[in-house]
Amino acid sequence: MTIRSVFSRLDQERIVLAIAVLVFIIASVTLNGFLTAANLVNIVRSVSVLGILAVGMAIVIIGRGIDLSAVAIMAMSVAWYLQMLGDGTSQAMALVITLAAVLAIGLANGFLVAYADVPPIFVTLASGAFVFGFVRSQLITQDAVPVPPQHWIELLGKTRWLGIPIEVFLFTAIVFVAFLFLRFTKWGRYVYYAGDNPMAARNLGIPVRPMLLLRYVISAFIAFTAGILTASSLLSINTRVVNSTLLYDIVLVAVIGGIGLSGGKGGMRNVIVGALLIGIMLNAMTILDIPNLYQNLIKSTILLVAIIIDGVLNPRDEQTAQQGDI
Amino acid sequence: MSVRETLQRWRYNYIPDHLIGEILTKRWTDSAIPFLALVITVAGFGTAINGFFKPASLSDSTRQLGEFSIVVTGLTIVMLGGGIDLSVGSIFALSAFAAVSSLFIFDLPVWVALLAAVSVGIAFGALNGFLIGYVRLRAFLTTLVTFIIGRAVYDILVVSFASQVQLSDVTSDLWDYIGDGTVFGIAISVIVAGVIALIAHVALTRSRPGWHILAVGGSRRSAHNAGIKVRQTVFMTYVISGICCGIAGFLFACRLSGAGPGTGLNLEIMALTAAVVGGNSLGGGRGSIVKGLMGAVIVLVMTNGLIRLGFGTGTNQMVLGLMLAVAVTLDIRWLKNRHKVLNEVYVAPIYQRMGETQSAEPNSGSPYALNNNLAQTHYIGLGELEGPEDVILDEEDNLYCGTRHGEIIRFFAPDYKRSEVFAHTGGFPLGLAFDKAGNLISCVGAMGLYSISPDRVVTKLTAETRRSWTSVVDDARLRDPNDCDVAPDGRIFFTDSTKRYDAHDWALDSIESRPTGRLLCYDPKTGKTTTLLDNYLYANGVCIAHGGQSLFFAESWACRVHRYWFDGPKAGQVECVIKDMPGYPDNINRASDGSYWMAWLGMRTPSYDLSLRHPSMRKRMTRRLPQDEWLFPNINTGGIVKFDETGKIVETLGDLSGISHPMVTSMREHKGALFVGGILNNRVGRLPLPNAKPDWTGIRSYWGGAK
Repeated sequence: MTIRSVFSRLDQERIVLAIAVLVFIIASVTLNGFLTAANLVNIVRSVSVLGILAVGMAIVIIGRGIDLSAVAIMAMSVAWYLQMLGDGTSQAMALVITLAAVLAIGLANGFLVAYADVPPIFVTLASGAFVFGFVRSQLITQDAVPVPPQHWIELLGKTRWLGIPIEVFLFTAIVFVAFLFLRFTKWGRYVYYAGDNPMAARNLGIPVRPMLLLRYVISAFIAFTAGILTASSLLSINTRVVNSTLLYDIVLVAVIGGIGLSGGKGGMRNVIVGALLIGIMLNAMTILDIPNLYQNLIKSTILLVAIIIDGVLNPRDEQTAQQGDI
Repeated sequence: MSVRETLQRWRYNYIPDHLIGEILTKRWTDSAIPFLALVITVAGFGTAINGFFKPASLSDSTRQLGEFSIVVTGLTIVMLGGGIDLSVGSIFALSAFAAVSSLFIFDLPVWVALLAAVSVGIAFGALNGFLIGYVRLRAFLTTLVTFIIGRAVYDILVVSFASQVQLSDVTSDLWDYIGDGTVFGIAISVIVAGVIALIAHVALTRSRPGWHILAVGGSRRSAHNAGIKVRQTVFMTYVISGICCGIAGFLFACRLSGAGPGTGLNLEIMALTAAVVGGNSLGGGRGSIVKGLMGAVIVLVMTNGLIRLGFGTGTNQMVLGLMLAVAVTLDIRWLKNRHKVLNEVYVAPIYQRMGETQSAEPNSGSPYALNNNLAQTHYIGLGELEGPEDVILDEEDNLYCGTRHGEIIRFFAPDYKRSEVFAHTGGFPLGLAFDKAGNLISCVGAMGLYSISPDRVVTKLTAETRRSWTSVVDDARLRDPNDCDVAPDGRIFFTDSTKRYDAHDWALDSIESRPTGRLLCYDPKTGKTTTLLDNYLYANGVCIAHGGQSLFFAESWACRVHRYWFDGPKAGQVECVIKDMPGYPDNINRASDGSYWMAWLGMRTPSYDLSLRHPSMRKRMTRRLPQDEWLFPNINTGGIVKFDETGKIVETLGDLSGISHPMVTSMREHKGALFVGGILNNRVGRLPLPNAKPDWTGIRSYWGGAK
């Protein structure tokens, strides 16, 4: 095997996997307390919420979109849900109202992208700001909303199976379902076709616009699920998370795992690889006691390097790129 | 005339519907909606908040507005170049910090602080510009990431150095003056913002680099093909944005003498909303600095107003998100559908009653009765030509005609089998005439009046006349120059058929039936073009009468021929010599027996004449039906009419088979034969004229025997 063929087999996913393994080995050797069962579970647990969010983001990105409203939907839907519970709304009623709101936001995102032809980046930036502002100013009273005592969300957070927290299994399950959806269902394959070349997909007779709606609705519901898990482990939801860098971490997981932002490429494997690398790094940085501010800097620099590599490996297709697609 | 028709005439002929379409073609209509929003916002909050317009209240908001609008100006430039810059908030904060630390920690002069702030802006902008311009990354994500990086760096710096800044005892009068001072009662930051906006506006509208930015934003690929350095231009827009943020950050630092954790927070979404709400297009190419400034005022008034009205945390973001979504959606829908709206409302038909006409039926006994003579023509260049609107022959008997491809073709005598491209003019060469020196004068559709010398040099004679005072759309430009002829003194008289439609939409002018055609005169001695007559219903063919003192010109959709005297005792007078013809007249040319040939490009039909009396029906038709199904005038059958000096019809030629010459737009007599052209034909016809003078040529008739 020549050197050339070795390099030609190196796609981003393999590079990232190699780096993840390398970082893992270095951290195991050099860091005390890294290679313990408890810490490894911790790593997976810490990335499970991020990973779940990244699954939704991945589905949207594969279809040549992006969802910048994911974190706002995650935090604000759950915050409103908990607020309603706290105000005495019945369990079922509160859940139905929240789910309807989540569905509405997903549909609104999808509608503006699909039928009004607005670039997804602007739609979701605006809808994220609106969702945060509306819920924060009109529906809830404080930044953080606690989970009511003895509520099922609290019990969910305490559930262990084989000593492993439930969110790890949930993450695995969601990834698996998304994998089955993308790989083996007709509509899942359509996501790839539409992401690879929307015009061609449309000419084939694929319902490109309803599919877009579906993707943003899926993304919104996944965000809601992630929010419930966050609330279950912290026993409250802090809406300030919307202004944190969590959103960029999600994009980071997807992009660094090798899901090209130009759409049509990647799958659930890439989400797992990306989430593992980020989890290992965050964990290592925490063990090394690097302050949060510096962690942000390091993460964002890695993201920049990742999108530069992505830009070089998956150059934008000027033939199918639309004007205003910035 | 029935009551209904009278009412319709009043409704459609006196209410200027066509102005709506003309106003919509203006670029400034883009600014009308943001301007309205601006007025409503300011008026709304002005009345809702007590003391909103008091000087004390305005002073602080205007300083803030100054800083903010500088940032928006920078972002607008980036957006015009087809990019976006989300890192403005971070650059702003870092620049403010650079200025503050230069003064308070290192005790440097104020100008060094300014330099430090601007340098930070340039460096950061150059990073963005390099990544997006040269590495060609996606602008949105790249600047999003550099925004986080910048924010992270800023947070680290603030945590480390904020206490040092606060404990510093450095003071500077100049610093405080920039922060709090006014010149003639205007805050310094507002003046700076005004100067920057003015420079940016002039640069964008009146300088080469500015045009390059707009060109790159409008169409990247075309800009590249035109030789513009696309990557460098994109790079520069981000550097400019960085500089703007640097200056704004410096002004902010002067005003507050500090930089805290909240500095520049949410600035990117505010600035983005401002730029888009003002009406700047995403994706570039369309927008202006003024629009950005309007958006800046709207956003700032709205956010500040909401805070002062006492709305809680998050309201700002809600409103910004809503404004951004609405503005972006409106912008994209408007951009997408503007031409559709324009197409729908542009055609504004008026009431027109055609006069009773005599029959053109064969053997009907009327002077217009068609015979079948045109069916017997020989073909020249069959299948090689597309659209010989006019034909002309030179003294060596060679035949010239224009084509749809913007070329003038020459067929060689005597058999007209060989041809060559005589000249390429572009556009669609229509009317042709030879002047005394042998130059071929041509009215080129959609371009203007051109002259082609015998050695094939194409020269533009004129493409514009004086603009009329009441025009909305600039009517100085010639939209549809149609036919021309040369007077004995060298003046060129020509027609511009319509001010409302481009040359290729000439049939739409008939559906509208609004008289906007003109007769113009180009004087080669002075180089000036004057409008002689205006408001004719599709002014078409022109022919200088045999006397050399007057000319005939055809008014196609009105089926009339007029005579205009440009010399002699009746100079300046115009009279109608033929009216209510059964066909639509086109070019007119001299005949050897002292009369005139005139082409009919089509024949009137009772159904179309009836529709002209129903403008509301025509309006509905143009709004609701696809263009393929509109009722158009019949231009599939035509003919040739010969009339004498008094306007009496002498002879009418037709093609009853409809095969040889379904439509005729021109004919030229030359040495006992008639050469026939048609704008939709693929050939030139040659019809022998047994009774014509066998040695008569047009050139000799105009310019005498010897040449």
